[in-house]
Amino acid sequence: MSAQSFYTKELSVYYGEKHAVKRVSMDFPERQVVALIGPSGCGKSTFLRSLNRMNDLISGARIEGKVWIGDQNIIDPSTDVVQLRQRIGMVWQRPNPFHKSIYENIAFGPRYHGVRNRKELDEIVETCLRKTALWDEVKDRLNQSGLALSGGQQQRLCIARSLAVQPSILLMDEPASALDPVSTAKIEELISELKQEYTIVIVTHNMQQAARVSDRTAFFFLGDLVEYDDTQKMFTNPSKKSTDDYISGRFG
Amino acid sequence: MVTRREFDIGLEQLRNMLVEMGTKVERALAESMNALENLDVEAARAIVKDDPEINRIEETISDLGAKLIATQQPVAKDLRRILVALKISSDLERMGDLSVDIAKVVIRLEGQALLRPIGDLPQIAMIVRTMIIESIQSYIDENVDLAYKMAKDDDQVDAMYSQFLRETFTYMADNPKSVAQTMHMSFVGRYIERIADHATNIGESVVFLVVGKRPDLNQ
Repeated sequence: MSAQSFYTKELSVYYGEKHAVKRVSMDFPERQVVALIGPSGCGKSTFLRSLNRMNDLISGARIEGKVWIGDQNIIDPSTDVVQLRQRIGMVWQRPNPFHKSIYENIAFGPRYHGVRNRKELDEIVETCLRKTALWDEVKDRLNQSGLALSGGQQQRLCIARSLAVQPSILLMDEPASALDPVSTAKIEELISELKQEYTIVIVTHNMQQAARVSDRTAFFFLGDLVEYDDTQKMFTNPSKKSTDDYISGRFG
Repeated sequence: MVTRREFDIGLEQLRNMLVEMGTKVERALAESMNALENLDVEAARAIVKDDPEINRIEETISDLGAKLIATQQPVAKDLRRILVALKISSDLERMGDLSVDIAKVVIRLEGQALLRPIGDLPQIAMIVRTMIIESIQSYIDENVDLAYKMAKDDDQVDAMYSQFLRETFTYMADNPKSVAQTMHMSFVGRYIERIADHATNIGESVVFLVVGKRPDLNQ
């Protein structure tokens, strides 16, 4: 997890004819949380998914521009996406643990990347569960199915799983929108903890959540990056009227 | 454009209450100056009696502002609208108190005759009354130019007040027996000048509301 720059340069995403993300250039400061906000269909999730090439799986999707992580442009076709997704973890809206034990959910990634030693795997599992504040809740039942956990615990398990392959960047697509307020608060607290080690990009529809958890906020509208600034500035005195109208709940 | 009906009604109520408060404060100053010129103690007592009404509006504004913040989670300009309404209402409340202080001077002078004309005090008060109205107007219209005009008016008030004090001190030196009453008159000048400062504060609040940065107009 060495220090490295992470930014996009004129990144465009097309779905067929539709220009879904329009020449977006933005940087993600290391070990900070960047929130992407905007109305549905504004391109924020598409943009997030291009940061680890998830759009490759969508037929008709085409990407132009660059995403730099350190000295590598990950849009380049020569990029090994398996290796890329080891460096960039992803957490989805709905918790999606594997149909496996809690232990195996976390051990799966490292094992796939070649870790065979049981003691080493044990350590990874414990570390990741501790980082996501799950360890005390599940340490006595690591062999139970991950699906037996509550929704909030499942989501933390998924975050723990993404940490297991030692990424430096975490992408989160509305990670708390399917959770109750207490589980949401735990995820938000976790995000604040995790940013000490990881650079985090989060898409959220919850304006207050963006205001609470992020250091910087980007407002997307119709595929354009309208405004990107310190979160405090964005929520107290944004420069653009459309940003003000959106965060004030007056459109979108 | 999506409207936020409940919230917009709340903001409108805040605006209406500030207008009501501003109107009452302006009238309190006008009436206390009338009472002073005519040494009308009855009128002065009525002003003192009416002041709790101004305080009550301030409390209502404060409660409504807290409710809107708690229930509507305002951000950006909406949030500034509420923060600024709270600040303006507290300035207006002080301006009401200062008008009452003028009325109390009249009550203290009960049974006395004015030893000398009160000089420029009515003219200064007239400028300040205009400032009160304009300060509220600048909030309603979110008019930064009008807010900045307040700063210029305030400079004029300060200059006239200084001149008034010089004359008053000279008069006191020449008429030692007048000291008590003349001191009261200089307090009145001070109260009026303070009201102008608060009106200028309101102008500053309006600039903050509109541009999101705090100017210092009270220099």
